[in-house]
Amino acid sequence: MATTTYSTENAAGNLTARALREGFYAGLVAFGLFFLFVGLETTQNIRNELVLNQRWGLLAIFVAVAAVGRFLGVLYLQPWIASRKAARAAVVDKAAPEGFFVRNFSKIAIVALVLMPPVVVSLVGVQGSLKWVDNFGIQILIYVMLAWGLNIVVGLAGLLDLGYVAFYAVGAYSYALLSQHFGFSFWVLLPLAGILAAFWGMILGFPVLRLKGDYLAIVTLAFGEIIRLVLINWTEVTRGTFGISSIPKASVFGIWSFDVGAANNFAKVFGLPMSSAYYKIFLFYVILALALLTAYVTIRLRRMPIGRAWEALREDEIACRSLGINTVTTKLTAFATGAMFGGFAGSFFAVRQGFVSPESFVFLESAIILAIVVLGGMGSLVGIAVAATVMVGGTELLREMTFLKAIFGPDFTPELYRMLIFGLAMVIVMVWKPRGFVGSREPTAFLHERKAVSGSFTKEGHG
Amino acid sequence: MSETLLKVHAVETYYGNIRALAGVDVEVKRGEIVSLIGANGAGKSTLMMTICGSPQARTGTITFDGQDITRLPTHEIARLRVAQSPEGRRIFPRMTVYENLQMGASLDKLKHFDEDVEKIYTLFPRLKERQAQRGGTLSGGEQQMLSIGRALMARPKLLLLDEPSLGLAPLIVKQIFDAIKVLNKEQGLTVFLVEQNAFAALKLSDRGYVMVNGRVTMSGSGKELLANPEVRAAYLEGGRH
Repeated sequence: MATTTYSTENAAGNLTARALREGFYAGLVAFGLFFLFVGLETTQNIRNELVLNQRWGLLAIFVAVAAVGRFLGVLYLQPWIASRKAARAAVVDKAAPEGFFVRNFSKIAIVALVLMPPVVVSLVGVQGSLKWVDNFGIQILIYVMLAWGLNIVVGLAGLLDLGYVAFYAVGAYSYALLSQHFGFSFWVLLPLAGILAAFWGMILGFPVLRLKGDYLAIVTLAFGEIIRLVLINWTEVTRGTFGISSIPKASVFGIWSFDVGAANNFAKVFGLPMSSAYYKIFLFYVILALALLTAYVTIRLRRMPIGRAWEALREDEIACRSLGINTVTTKLTAFATGAMFGGFAGSFFAVRQGFVSPESFVFLESAIILAIVVLGGMGSLVGIAVAATVMVGGTELLREMTFLKAIFGPDFTPELYRMLIFGLAMVIVMVWKPRGFVGSREPTAFLHERKAVSGSFTKEGHG
Repeated sequence: MSETLLKVHAVETYYGNIRALAGVDVEVKRGEIVSLIGANGAGKSTLMMTICGSPQARTGTITFDGQDITRLPTHEIARLRVAQSPEGRRIFPRMTVYENLQMGASLDKLKHFDEDVEKIYTLFPRLKERQAQRGGTLSGGEQQMLSIGRALMARPKLLLLDEPSLGLAPLIVKQIFDAIKVLNKEQGLTVFLVEQNAFAALKLSDRGYVMVNGRVTMSGSGKELLANPEVRAAYLEGGRH
């Protein structure tokens, strides 16, 4: 008995010593890393001279955070993770019955979204609802829709597309240009923008048919950049970097308008006080409907032969061909369908902003959309929606965190750190859930009894 | 029984500049089980893949059911009811067994699915037990059964099997070969089989071909080849336990 107590005591002592040592090293590394970046700062003074500022306090904070973080990590976090791992290995996948909330998550979410604008209006007033409906609601739903659209290409068909934002741009510019030059309404141009984007999807699809994986990703990345550069340089049509402004607003199917001067202005007809919030609430329902349409189509397609073929294509292209599936048309329809939803979202984006410029369609957007799809779990609609909410809503929340200025000084703008947090979140999700929030693929053919086999048991590649 | 279903004539296939098949002639008649045996790298799988059009033959012709299929793309060949259980099985690992079988029937848009799937389940009862399970979680033998079952769902005129015994326990190999025999006897299915397991393959087959370095060096009935001293020396002795 004595020996065991001795050994555990000894182990605990060792652990503390190790934690201290590693903490010290982490501090040392942090000091080396941040000495020049954080400790010293060069600025210009009024006479345009270069001045060296010394920020030893900030450097000390960085070093301390690294050292203490490492110390605590080694001492507490690592043993905790190890014990959890051991505990999980001991309990063999006891499938707990899913709760009511989990089972009906999507239904509850849809009802909550439909009820959100009136609830927000009644809580914070018409004007106050702008922030919640527009900044959070519409912004998140655009990304949900984009990610669901990209999910068809990446999640279902398994074609890695890094230039998805190109179709978003095609949709946005289609609406912006056609409405300005020909005066078509949003409801005419919405399907047209989708068709045009789908057409461009096919154009991208043809040259990349033989490419797979990394090679495909690079070509699609280039395609996205080409579209953006064309938008910048084709100034006669797109007005280049100035963008296209004063894009007409959408109307409620031509019955009520949201233009201030119009006789059938929505607020006027209903005798409400003038506010831009009504338009935003209307747009909220439009994008909600569009996003739900995307989800519905995806769910339907997955049960149809073409959707099956997409999924089979992702799993094994050679097997697909030997089963008589034309992989060429299958890939093209995947590109076109995904692009179409990108186009819908694009024209919605144009109508919501009233302004489009190439600035909005940079590679970063493609990367964010792809990140949402991957984080959510490829192919899972619910997971993607959750990921979009967390990622986009999270960055919006950052703007709200003005209290951080009290800590870090008045120059601190939290939204500048969104990429840092985005990256951190991705790393964390990928470590904990390598297949995304919802990693297992739902079968599309249901049998009487459903045996759940966790996706983590299934090896990708060839069985 | 004597009508030719598949005729491979003077086929040469290249991988880049390397000639993998050097003028191969093979014939499969309707209702036969024909096996192709040979050592590693002899070109057996290449012939199988050339019949399916990927890679395509550089010279020579492949005729199936009276139609020249030498230059057809793979999926069109499959539409003529040439079903394949490819090397390495290539089932869809993240789809369930049931969905895998559905994929097999996609040529007919699932018209005969319910009827055919029952046949597959009678042939391989294990698949019925596993029908809601993902393909990737199956054992090797079950995956092979699934691969064959998926190919059969297309109602093929010709079934191509590439090394169905690869990496499987002898008992499972026997099950699978018995199933092939049943299919051939009861439904008159024509089977072209590529095998390393020469003994089991030749015992099952009506006729066989022996392939060495991209050429067919011997052919004959299954029994003849089994009795042939050269074949015995090269492929059977020591391999038979």
